[in-house]
Amino acid sequence: MLTKRIIPCLDVKDGRTVKGVNFVNLRDAGDAVELGALYAAQGADELVYLDITATIDGRSTFIDLVRRVAQTVNIPFTVGGGISSIADVSALLHAGADKVSINSAAVRNPDLINELSLEFGSQCIVVAIDTRYIATEQGHEHVVHTHGGRKATEIRTIPWAKEVEERGAGEILLTSMDTDGTKAGFALELTSAISGNANIPVIASGGAGNMEHFYDVFTAGKADAGLAASIFHFREIDIPDLKGYLNEKGLPIRMTR
Amino acid sequence: MKTVIIKYNAGNVQSVMYALDRIGAGYIYTDDVEEIRSADKVIFPGVGEASTTMNYLRKVGLDKVIPSLKQPVFGTCIGMQLMCRFSEENNTECMGIFDVDVKRFPAEAGMKVPHMGWNNISNYASPLTYGVPDNAYVYFVHSFAPPVCDYTVASCQYATSFSAMLHRDNFYAAQFHCEISGDVGQQIMENFLKI
Repeated sequence: MLTKRIIPCLDVKDGRTVKGVNFVNLRDAGDAVELGALYAAQGADELVYLDITATIDGRSTFIDLVRRVAQTVNIPFTVGGGISSIADVSALLHAGADKVSINSAAVRNPDLINELSLEFGSQCIVVAIDTRYIATEQGHEHVVHTHGGRKATEIRTIPWAKEVEERGAGEILLTSMDTDGTKAGFALELTSAISGNANIPVIASGGAGNMEHFYDVFTAGKADAGLAASIFHFREIDIPDLKGYLNEKGLPIRMTR
Repeated sequence: MKTVIIKYNAGNVQSVMYALDRIGAGYIYTDDVEEIRSADKVIFPGVGEASTTMNYLRKVGLDKVIPSLKQPVFGTCIGMQLMCRFSEENNTECMGIFDVDVKRFPAEAGMKVPHMGWNNISNYASPLTYGVPDNAYVYFVHSFAPPVCDYTVASCQYATSFSAMLHRDNFYAAQFHCEISGDVGQQIMENFLKI
């Protein structure tokens, strides 16, 4: 049976993880490759590496990092952050990334989704959607945001999710800026509305604070995968414990030990 | 031992090379027919669309070379599909090593296509699954697959039962991605190299 995926996300700047990590057994807690390998060994189903470097020099550092991750890690990984062209995607895939995630560039130029999926295949094109529930002229609506969730667009989240699928996205990474960082649980209603209506997998992100939140997002939220960052980095939740818990609750989970 | 990875217009070959590096197996990445014929093992990997990749193989003549190979050949993902008779993906005539047609997953409520993620395989009957635990999880990304047939040596369930692995004579194939399927995938690759 196809399993629900647990995905740790690593924010990377200049080739190193930026959110603090406190894995005592890591030689270098900032080493993004070593941390990814540890998560893979613990049973993570995929990894996401998000480049938050702004400089040109940093971009080539990131590509070097992608290459080292691909050489080291034997599970799939997605890379994202600042990707805006076919050339960007080509460089990352050739370095060994399995999928790329595009966000602001897709909002600016939706045709990019079509172009990338034709060029590289839908299976490796993830569209990241950052969303926030805000006051609009219609009352309150879920609205797509860019610039790390700081800048509202004119685009409504639910129709945008359908549009990116129709344009050839292979997967959606849905981050609720309302729940992100709260540790109060994923945005279940919105995730369910999007994932329940999509024919492509949806990764839910933002708000995970305990193991039950993952159970909720896979059941009520209808998500195909759950992503989190700091709760894994700070070991508030251990991946083997989380997968054991979800498995005991009857969800299809890849148990590796 | 000489292992060749067949070079053609499919993507994602880099991951396969890194996986072989991790095993410590050397390889040559080439489309040279003599190099391919003289290899001890041939790997035919890739991600891509059936008609585009098949047209390329025809153009360079590899569509005739691959079925004529005598050494162990291991096709993965689109490589496996191209080794079948026909694919519903843009109605493509393939190489016919396995006499079975590749079909699109049926559209059913709640079954998303592509079939993407970790799913378990069962009913093993291949030297490639030696030492692999029953119902092991491997990583799939595909919208098309051959049904269970005479050549099926591992099956998987998603909306319907389909062939996760095929075997006929010296030809081996896997629909999933061994190179990113964790320890299980690595075991299967090592088993192929040991045949």
